[in-house]
Amino acid sequence: MAYDQLVTSKKGDKLFLLGNEAAVRGAIEAGVSVAATYPGTPSSEIGNILSVVAKNAEMYFEFSANEKVAMEVAATAAASGIRSFTFMKHVGLNVAADSFMTTAYSGLKGGMIVLVADDPSLFSSQNEQDTRNYSRLSSIPILEPSSPQEIKDMMVYGFDLSETFGIPVILRTSTRVSHMRGIVECGEISKPKSTTKEITSDKHWLKGYFVKNPREFVPVPANALEMHERLVAKIEKIEEIANESPINEVYSFESGALQGKYGVISSGGAFNYAYDVISQESLGMDILKLALSYPTPKDLIYDFCKNLDGVFIVEEVDPVLERDVLAVLGEYNLDCPVYGKFDGTFPMIHEFNLDIVKESFNKVISDLKDDREFKEDYKSENAEDFEGNLIEILEKMEFTDGLNELLENIPTRAPTLCAGCSHRSAYFAAVKAYQELGYLSEDMIFASDIGCYTLGISPPYETADYLLSMGSSVGDGCGFSVATDQHVMSFIGDSTFFHSGLSPLVNAVHNKNKFVLTILDNRITAMTGGQPNPGIPVDGMGDEAPAIPIEDIVEAIGVKFLKIVNPHNIKKTVDIYKEALEYDGVAVVIARYPCTLIKGQKKKAPMVIKDNCVKCLECVKTLACPAISYLNDKVIIDEALCKSCAVCIQVCPNKAIGVKKGD
Amino acid sequence: MSELNLNTNNDSKEDVNYSIYISGVGGQGIIKTSVIIGEAAMLEGYDVVMSEIHGMSQRGGSVSTELKIGNFKSSIVEESKADLILAFEPIEVLRGLNKANKDTTLIFNTFPIVPSTITQTGETYPEIEDIAINLKDNFDSVYPLEANGLAKDAGSVLSLNMVLLGASIANDSFPLSKETVITAMKHNLAPKFHEMNLKAIENGYNAIKDSL
Repeated sequence: MAYDQLVTSKKGDKLFLLGNEAAVRGAIEAGVSVAATYPGTPSSEIGNILSVVAKNAEMYFEFSANEKVAMEVAATAAASGIRSFTFMKHVGLNVAADSFMTTAYSGLKGGMIVLVADDPSLFSSQNEQDTRNYSRLSSIPILEPSSPQEIKDMMVYGFDLSETFGIPVILRTSTRVSHMRGIVECGEISKPKSTTKEITSDKHWLKGYFVKNPREFVPVPANALEMHERLVAKIEKIEEIANESPINEVYSFESGALQGKYGVISSGGAFNYAYDVISQESLGMDILKLALSYPTPKDLIYDFCKNLDGVFIVEEVDPVLERDVLAVLGEYNLDCPVYGKFDGTFPMIHEFNLDIVKESFNKVISDLKDDREFKEDYKSENAEDFEGNLIEILEKMEFTDGLNELLENIPTRAPTLCAGCSHRSAYFAAVKAYQELGYLSEDMIFASDIGCYTLGISPPYETADYLLSMGSSVGDGCGFSVATDQHVMSFIGDSTFFHSGLSPLVNAVHNKNKFVLTILDNRITAMTGGQPNPGIPVDGMGDEAPAIPIEDIVEAIGVKFLKIVNPHNIKKTVDIYKEALEYDGVAVVIARYPCTLIKGQKKKAPMVIKDNCVKCLECVKTLACPAISYLNDKVIIDEALCKSCAVCIQVCPNKAIGVKKGD
Repeated sequence: MSELNLNTNNDSKEDVNYSIYISGVGGQGIIKTSVIIGEAAMLEGYDVVMSEIHGMSQRGGSVSTELKIGNFKSSIVEESKADLILAFEPIEVLRGLNKANKDTTLIFNTFPIVPSTITQTGETYPEIEDIAINLKDNFDSVYPLEANGLAKDAGSVLSLNMVLLGASIANDSFPLSKETVITAMKHNLAPKFHEMNLKAIENGYNAIKDSL
């Protein structure tokens, strides 16, 4: 599918879309005028696509410096009467949280959706926090789609809900929903409009008009007191919708052993597993699928549970719905056992799958086959199901010893820095520098940050000892410098530096800290798929934009030791690091070389191993470049992978690596 | 306020229930292959869901996609429930075997990509022949494929994923027709590469048909 199909497809057209692509289509159908993000997996593709289609979709789009800025761009656009869309990964909402929390108070005129993509099982994140807690914390309604079709539909629904009540709406996805692909039937595209005044300009997007009203938009204490009151009233009204709207739907099955006796309450990606298990195993349990799960639809939950012998709560990650259901049952004094995470029926952590849901159901259901009363009730054809376990767990296939031995010894294939990656060179040089200075490895502290370079954690570099969040390497450098006398080296990427590295660097200089900060400037936001950042002369819509030189910022902050180096020049980089490590203060090294994944770079002649290789394996062991391997008693360089960075030539102690001569 | 009109795609043809697990190494074109199969399923009127891996896990690590054709809501293949495992790399077929049962068809590329960390971890990369023999001892339908060679023959090693796509179609249990898959391929890849990719599909297809 070409991305412009997201703009050109008509109502009724069917596309095979990734959840994130469906979100873009939803934004287009809803007539969004302004969209802003900071890239983060699993939400990144939304921005990548918008950067291509924004102009055709009459939308302004930017990659903001960080999620808080993106939140503020969206909030002010919505306050000006036009529809706005911001999206981020779950931990991005932490960055945006300060402003986000108050958007609930200040309200808005145009619809606003905050799409937050959670990452259960941590495919690309530092924690698996559950965004549904933020909806309760902020009193902001939340929608939980389960599929690409629902993401698309709930974007449109969510904008209407948001605009009707003048409150932002969270759309919570998870990795398996954002990165699920499914058939999406397109709906009608609405033209962008403004609820205040429509301002036409020479820009390709519709502008709105901000009507001043400090009582509504300026939360000084006196105003905020009233704002909170209005917020509570809004939430009460939206709860009526959550109780009555078909968006919260009961899925029923024709028949099944547990029909009418037991039920399931579920939401988001977890619903898919519950549905498939119940339908495949003919359990017959009704499922109350909560798509608008906050404000808690208390009446709906009560009605669903009141005649049941027990209810399962199937949700990823935290027991959020379960707590809500327990509160409702408590309030109504209803005696209906709840099987969820608190009682250990379902795991408290990580994403679910069909096997986990089956196993969890079985913990409760398998006891029923010995329950006389239950058997009496189910003397009909259903009783036969109770001869064994209700849900049959497939026995694992027994393999031959030969295959089992192979399986026990599958070589690991963890993510690694790419061949030719300049981060590898910087780490190689940093390690060499401290070794040459005679520092001990245990006296070195490497404060890492969020990006590809976190992969420095792996041997042979082992250059990641501590990590919290975006920008934390700099603040952590301050802390370690105050708290210890060890040698501290912090590593941060260019995009991450713009995101959250500036303020802590100000802190470091002002507080006379002593550490070496490397800004790994690979001229792109690499980990999330190559988005531009403020250091690049291109904006989110592909237009020319002023690039902000990192060295100018560092200098302006007052850093006295500043060096810029191409890290592929190993000797020079080692020398700079040695000087930096001995400098008494904040030393900044900008290690600058473009990411090998940036398209359009010329392919140069690859490296080759020469005949004088003595197989000392220095290159293989200390550099660990994916293009170099030792196989069948020979060191080989994979020409297809080699990016001609020539670092291995500098690393080889025997001059046994050279540039391949032309064929 | 508009009411939500949820479209659940329940108009799917009922008679197919087919799960595919595709594995390999980041950058081999696994997602594109899977999208083509998924679109082909859609074109034939089936419902289909698919799961992909993006982000950090992609950087040179093992990657996999999972595709379920039929009336499924969840896109993750259950343990032992894959009908087809298509591996772009020999040891990645082993990593996917928890999804396999006796009747699962296993197709794998015999060209190894040796992890660069292998010398530090002290692990050894198994003999390809050993993988093939042991798989055949355990499964009835095992098809090792010299896919890199077949791709080069089609014009470029970059058409590797289309060789493996062609190979999957040739397997008798595969529910979609070659014609629909080719239509979906043309929809997803640049026209200037259609001829090469068509040849790659044919190469993979014929290699399996010949060994049946």
